[in-house]
Amino acid sequence: MAYSRSDVEALLPLPLATFHILIALAQEDRHGYAIMLDVARRTDGELRLSAGTLYRSIQRMLEQGLLTEISERPAPELDDERRRYYRITPFGAAAARAETQRMAKLVRMARVEGLSPGRA
Amino acid sequence: MRFYRLLLLLYPTSFRRDYGAEMTADFARRRHESSGALASLLLWFDTGFDVLRNAAAAHWDMLRQDLRYTRRTLARSPGFTLTAILVTAIGIGANTAAFTVADFVLLRPLPFPEPHTLIRLCWGPRSGGGWGCMNQLSPANYRDYKSMTASFQSLGAFTGIAVNLVEAGGDPQRLSGATVTSEVLPLFGVAPVLGRVFDSTGGGSADASAVVISYGLWQSQFGGDPRALGRGVNLNGTPYQVIGVMPPGFYFPSRDAQLWTHLVLREEDYANRDNNYLDAVGRLEPGVTMDRARADLNVVAERLARDYPETNADAGFSFFAMRDNMSPRYRLMLLGLCGATLCILLLTCANLANLLLARAGARERELAVRAALGAGRERLVRQIVTESMTLALAGGALGVALAAAAVPLLALLVPSTLPVASQPSLDLRVLALALAIATLTGLGFGLLPAIRLGGRTGLSALREGVGAGGGQKQRLRNVLVGVEVGLSVVLLISAGLLIRAVWRIQSVDPGFVHESVMTMKTALPRPKYDVTQRRLQFYNRVLTDVRALPGVQSAAYLTGLPMVMTGRVTGVVIPGREVTTRFRDDIASIRFVTPHYFRTMGIPLHRGRDVEDGDIQGRTPVAVVSESFARQFWPNEDPIGRTFESRGGPRTVVGIVGDVKVRGLERDNEPQLYASAGQVPDTAFINDDPKDLVIRYTGSVGALLPAVRGIVRAADPEQPISDVRTMDDVVAGETATRRAQLRVLGALAAIALLLSGVGIYGLLAYTVSQRSREIGVRLALGAEPASVARMIVSQGMKLALVGLVPGVLVAYWAAHGMRALLFGIDPADPATILGAVALVFVMTLAGALVPAMRAVRVNPMQALRAD
Repeated sequence: MAYSRSDVEALLPLPLATFHILIALAQEDRHGYAIMLDVARRTDGELRLSAGTLYRSIQRMLEQGLLTEISERPAPELDDERRRYYRITPFGAAAARAETQRMAKLVRMARVEGLSPGRA
Repeated sequence: MRFYRLLLLLYPTSFRRDYGAEMTADFARRRHESSGALASLLLWFDTGFDVLRNAAAAHWDMLRQDLRYTRRTLARSPGFTLTAILVTAIGIGANTAAFTVADFVLLRPLPFPEPHTLIRLCWGPRSGGGWGCMNQLSPANYRDYKSMTASFQSLGAFTGIAVNLVEAGGDPQRLSGATVTSEVLPLFGVAPVLGRVFDSTGGGSADASAVVISYGLWQSQFGGDPRALGRGVNLNGTPYQVIGVMPPGFYFPSRDAQLWTHLVLREEDYANRDNNYLDAVGRLEPGVTMDRARADLNVVAERLARDYPETNADAGFSFFAMRDNMSPRYRLMLLGLCGATLCILLLTCANLANLLLARAGARERELAVRAALGAGRERLVRQIVTESMTLALAGGALGVALAAAAVPLLALLVPSTLPVASQPSLDLRVLALALAIATLTGLGFGLLPAIRLGGRTGLSALREGVGAGGGQKQRLRNVLVGVEVGLSVVLLISAGLLIRAVWRIQSVDPGFVHESVMTMKTALPRPKYDVTQRRLQFYNRVLTDVRALPGVQSAAYLTGLPMVMTGRVTGVVIPGREVTTRFRDDIASIRFVTPHYFRTMGIPLHRGRDVEDGDIQGRTPVAVVSESFARQFWPNEDPIGRTFESRGGPRTVVGIVGDVKVRGLERDNEPQLYASAGQVPDTAFINDDPKDLVIRYTGSVGALLPAVRGIVRAADPEQPISDVRTMDDVVAGETATRRAQLRVLGALAAIALLLSGVGIYGLLAYTVSQRSREIGVRLALGAEPASVARMIVSQGMKLALVGLVPGVLVAYWAAHGMRALLFGIDPADPATILGAVALVFVMTLAGALVPAMRAVRVNPMQALRAD
């Protein structure tokens, strides 16, 4: 799907849940519950997405084109037919990248002003 | 698990459909992983909170999306949007305004604590009678009713007064109020904002020269200064002291009361059981019903009839809740108005539904595309309802604004006999009602097309193209237009009948010539003018000077203007005839007049002579009587020279004049009796004093008024002038309430006609656009354009006929209900019905004209090529 830079920028800053979901899907297609577990693991349990927050975010991200649902399924013995699997789109990856950049810039700015963590 | 699935029902259907199964699976897994009662409890708590929060958020997201979409689609068709909002606003506005007034007059409790226990008690015929007070109580009867009944927590007496307030340096003013016994003000349960009310100790003899003033008078006369308390004021030449100020919104006995003085009844007041001038007001004991109190009063009435047969033999009482002190005509008028606005609401709803149906038809393809792209039926219905709700709520808001502007126009429909403000304000109840109507309208009439659409969101709509109108939908729209026509017929006929009633009332001969007569009141205060001779000097001086003014043809004084002073009756006894009871036929209305009264008012003098300057105390008391008086008491005899007794003395008939509608154009009138102003006994009650000056003039009234004011001021500088008006105004006032109602009803009928015309137009225009292909074929095959036009017009006429018949029937039924307002006009008055039917046909023709012309102009080639 074609998208422009301004499309990406219109979405920034990304909601926290959205950003985490994009990170969780960056390397691997996952179903909802796997995303939830991945986020919890990655944040050492600090962020636990609730079911409602997760699926509402997914719904919106599908509408925005950040994700897409895939029809490839795992081997039947591993599959649960109620599960739906999601993949990050190029647009989603671009959005995640733009958000990373935005945050990095912010961190840099704070550092210049002496706001690095661990300093007095 | 079942409980979790129930919880999921809180989410929007589409969300549940997409993610419900997955969420259930997740939940099952988490439940499996959590062990122990505490962990399980925490999970449920966590989940419940999550569902509540996110379900609300999901609904809100969807609503926001729908609202955005609605804004875009409505902005694309501003004509439709504006029409729909305006139509809804008219329906809701009319109903909000009518309900506000009806609620205020008929439903809302009076503005006093425990208002349902407040009652009024007066004297009246034993057999019962009309509404309100039939006659007043004498102090003796009041005392007996008060002491011999146990139903009342408190009972007090009052009588209306009008006093001249003279302030040094200011113009004298005429103020209305009441003189009340010490029980009256406290029994309302309303405390004064300042000071106190009358002292009931010491047998009520304290505070004889104290006055309690209204909030309005406190503001206007004392600028709201708290130091007004204790100030002296001069009322009718007697010094009084202000002891209290009642709160704003306290109106008693009527809206115009501005002050209250203390009524102290002395032993001598109880002597004459026939001296009726008191009204009683009271509060029922807790738990006592109206019926029980009435039974209690009946026992007293019977006992009084036994003990005092000469005065109480045939007398009873009228007893009613204070809430009900109004003419039943108001109730009927307001109910009629509410009925009319309800018609308008139904009509606007039908109109709105039609608009939405037509729009839905036009958008079928768009919605089918959206459905094909995966929008579920629920999603589409939701979208359509959001749109209709947006329209209805916007219309409702505009309607409430319209109602706020319209309510003051309806103030004439608030009876002045109720102790309430002259104008209701829009309150929360009414706003809630408006919101409810708007919601119902939006939901009801949005769902209708939505449901019809939902059924056919398949590919069929895509394939069929624009020309595919469901036959069923067309039928529904026909019915809706029929309903619109029917409702407008009901309104047209009702308004027409009421117009005819007003015409008929206006054509009633009042018995006098009301054009070119100016009147004003100069009520001479006691004790300054306590003897007739002194008052006569004042009248003579004023009348002599006024008659000398250029442009004045004639002038006179009298006790009270016809149609303004409607009461004041006296018993008539013919010597030698059996005395009958006082509530039967031997009653006449009495006025004391100066010479030239009949000439001034244009009342024809049929025989004998007018009252003359020589008819003064010490000479034979004379009377001029009306024709009906002569007919009733001396049928087939010559009344001139006959004597009769009334007001305690004999009178000799010297002249016969025409009858006058003293009680008003719409009411039955007693025969009239006129006595000489020069022969008012010195002991007479102040109400008998002539106080109204009537002047017949030529030329402009504007030049006359200052000259007359100057003459009164020269005669007595402290004498105020009040109630300046023409007899034209008085006669017009007779129909003012009716005309106010009629204006509203007429406007509603016009709106109804217009809306149903628009409805017919819309439907026919739609038909023509749908059938353009068929029409093209007909024209191509050689059909006459005239026959095509006839086809369209006749379809319109059929629509009108569908509505006409039930409309006329409902109108007849409605007219029957308001018969009391029709003043004898037949509810099935053929002229009115024919007129309404003719109007509907004209409207139909007008509505069909443009579509018919469009049909004739259909280009066969284009129509066949299109689509």
